[in-house]
Amino acid sequence: MLAYSLKRLLLAVLVAVTVSVGSFALLRAAGDPAVAMAGHSATASDIEFIRETYGFNRPLPVQYADWLVKALQGDFGESLYFRMPVSRMLADKLPTTMTLGGLALAFALCVGLPLGIIAAIRPNSWIDRTALLISVTGQAMPTFWFALVLVVLFSITFPLLPPSGSGTWKHFVMPTVVLGYYATPAIMRLTRAGMLEVLASDYIRTARAKGLHPAVVLLKHALRNAVIPVVSLSAVQFGFMLGGSVVVETVFALHGTGQLAWESISRSDLPTVQAIVLVLSSFYVVLSLIADLLNAWLDPRIRVA
Amino acid sequence: MSHALRAAAAAATAILLSFAAPVPASAGKADDTLNIAWAGELPTLDRYFNVLREGELVARMVFDSLLTVDPQTFDYKPLLASSYRFVDNRTIEFELRRDVRFHDGEPFDADDVVYTLNLMADPATRVLSRQNVDWIEKVEKIDTHMVRLTMKAPTPLALEYLSGPLLIYPRDYYSKVGSQGMGLRPVGTGPYKVTAFDPGKRIVFEANRAYFDGSPKGRPTIGRIVQRTIPDQNTQIAELLSGGVDWIWNVPNDQAAKLASMPNVVVQNAQTMRFGYLAFDASNRTGHSSPVNDVRVRQAIAHSIDRKTIVKRLVRGASEVIDAVCFPTQFGCVQDVATYDYDPVKAKALLAEAGYPNGLDIEFHAYRDRPVAEAMIGYMKAVGINAKLTYLQYEALRDKVYNGETDFTFMSWGSYSINDAAASVSQFFKGSKDDYARDPQVIGWLEGADSAIDPATRKDLYGKALRRIAEQAYWQPLFTYNVNYVHSKDIAFTPTADEIPRFYAVTWK
Repeated sequence: MLAYSLKRLLLAVLVAVTVSVGSFALLRAAGDPAVAMAGHSATASDIEFIRETYGFNRPLPVQYADWLVKALQGDFGESLYFRMPVSRMLADKLPTTMTLGGLALAFALCVGLPLGIIAAIRPNSWIDRTALLISVTGQAMPTFWFALVLVVLFSITFPLLPPSGSGTWKHFVMPTVVLGYYATPAIMRLTRAGMLEVLASDYIRTARAKGLHPAVVLLKHALRNAVIPVVSLSAVQFGFMLGGSVVVETVFALHGTGQLAWESISRSDLPTVQAIVLVLSSFYVVLSLIADLLNAWLDPRIRVA
Repeated sequence: MSHALRAAAAAATAILLSFAAPVPASAGKADDTLNIAWAGELPTLDRYFNVLREGELVARMVFDSLLTVDPQTFDYKPLLASSYRFVDNRTIEFELRRDVRFHDGEPFDADDVVYTLNLMADPATRVLSRQNVDWIEKVEKIDTHMVRLTMKAPTPLALEYLSGPLLIYPRDYYSKVGSQGMGLRPVGTGPYKVTAFDPGKRIVFEANRAYFDGSPKGRPTIGRIVQRTIPDQNTQIAELLSGGVDWIWNVPNDQAAKLASMPNVVVQNAQTMRFGYLAFDASNRTGHSSPVNDVRVRQAIAHSIDRKTIVKRLVRGASEVIDAVCFPTQFGCVQDVATYDYDPVKAKALLAEAGYPNGLDIEFHAYRDRPVAEAMIGYMKAVGINAKLTYLQYEALRDKVYNGETDFTFMSWGSYSINDAAASVSQFFKGSKDDYARDPQVIGWLEGADSAIDPATRKDLYGKALRRIAEQAYWQPLFTYNVNYVHSKDIAFTPTADEIPRFYAVTWK
């Protein structure tokens, strides 16, 4: 188990480093940060001036190494755009994104799990078909479109919820539904598949034969086993939601890390983008790692492979 | 964004606008708060260190400059100065107002002017827009209410800079808190003070009740103005329709047309100084020969495009077709230049004359207004010009332009909202990195025009340069842009051509 854990950990670190090198290279390929900082009406000499001031004229590996050394000490540098420490900006924006991600995951589980179970009890029934329809719709509908439909309904036609901002709990209702709905299908389908498999197994038949109450069989015997892959999926989905909330944060003007990342990319604000990529990919890697280890702990066969 | 996504966005907007029947009256009027929203994220409120247009809107509310320009007549008027006079063509003396105080109560005087202008002009201060300050040699105090400014060389745009970007800061406060402190808690003399600033998110302004009488900007009437950054246009519209905000701008024309029919909503369309143009590599800067090195091919392209129809169908609003490479109201922007009307037959004849009877292929770069770029490609195709479009981010394209790598580009220019040809034609035809014509004659005329003080001489020289540029078709100017301002019926708001909304002049109706 220890050897396996160390191997996974090393792999996780390698993934994080690769992601940061990749994002660094891609950002530089996308455009000159000095031009972005100077703005649309800057003169050539303004741009040259900024390039020298911020050291963009140094070789790329030097710029990257310089950044990495400082980042490992917790210093992500100063945002080229906001001219304040990136760590302070992250501290300001991460809570919004975490809150949204957590609420959305809770929403996805609350909807996905029951629907998946019901669909598995009555496979190919109208309930199963409806659940399938919901999941296909969730996968197919662009997030921003769904968001706007909700805004039209609940902010304009029936003015119950504010269309944007993050001041009160009311502001989080629509973003949670939109982001959570996106993760619901995966959880539902996996629950359904897991339940179907478990329900067909011998020990369930035995449990039923013993004369146990159907609900006990379903929730105590079947769900416990079927839900294991769902737990690891949820961990990964949570990581995905932290990084994937860009559109939702933009539409609802939530000002979280997703929107910050998006804006920072277009502003070539390298320190900010790099820090967000590193922090979010670290989250993702840690969550995947936990899921891996959890599975290995539950199922000894994985440790050997 | 893919076409499918764009179609979905358009559909969403359509739904948004068709469902949105009940429009509540502005929530702001009752508590004397004007709620505005825009998409830009201001990193700092120190205007010398941000370059966003929204920064200019904030700066005009919070700070004052020595002079100001009337947005309708473009006349210069004293603001923090009570009067000014040119001692010679390099020296201006300013008499300062005696009744002005900063938001922190400090009285305004010559020390503040001398401190601010000398500090910002110093290259070590590293202000972002150097052209605003690097013409200043020094500013000296004559007495408490009198200063003298000396230029490095005669600068026709001096008054323009002094009435816009050169804001006066309080010496004591700025030397204590620096740019970072000013960026978060600005202190100026302007009609509004900032009481809260959450960078990139929200700014709260309160009326400066002690604002000096007799300011050409007028006294503020609305008590509180709250700005929120809402990145998504549809969300801005939803907020406007649900009464969450009272004012938005840069609304696309198709949506503005639908909003105009709603009760309680006012849509105002106004022309801006920004104009679109086609630039050609006339002097073969790329090093590989291109058809556009030939003046006949450039003229053929100019004749092949129906700019009037593009304006009518795509750009719409108050936009107009232009022929000289400057905004029509700009000083020196003469209009008697060669024009290239839509004439495909003539375009084909010019191509044949240039040795391309069967048409030609050319690389074409653009960064904005894709539909307009596509329309122009269609027009060119009709006369046998196959323009291959490379659509890039502005930053990437700008790099290519500077490095001399583009044959043919569709660009735009806003002249820093300065109403003088020195901010348009001179930026591009004086031999800088932007200059693809490299015409020594034009460079000579523009250098003369930019350093002469006599208006008649300047006008004459700009005219010569503009006529030569048009005749040689170094550029094909296309059209001016326009902006839609959409706001609640409760407010009186007047748009201006310089694209700088003046919130301090907004009143409740």
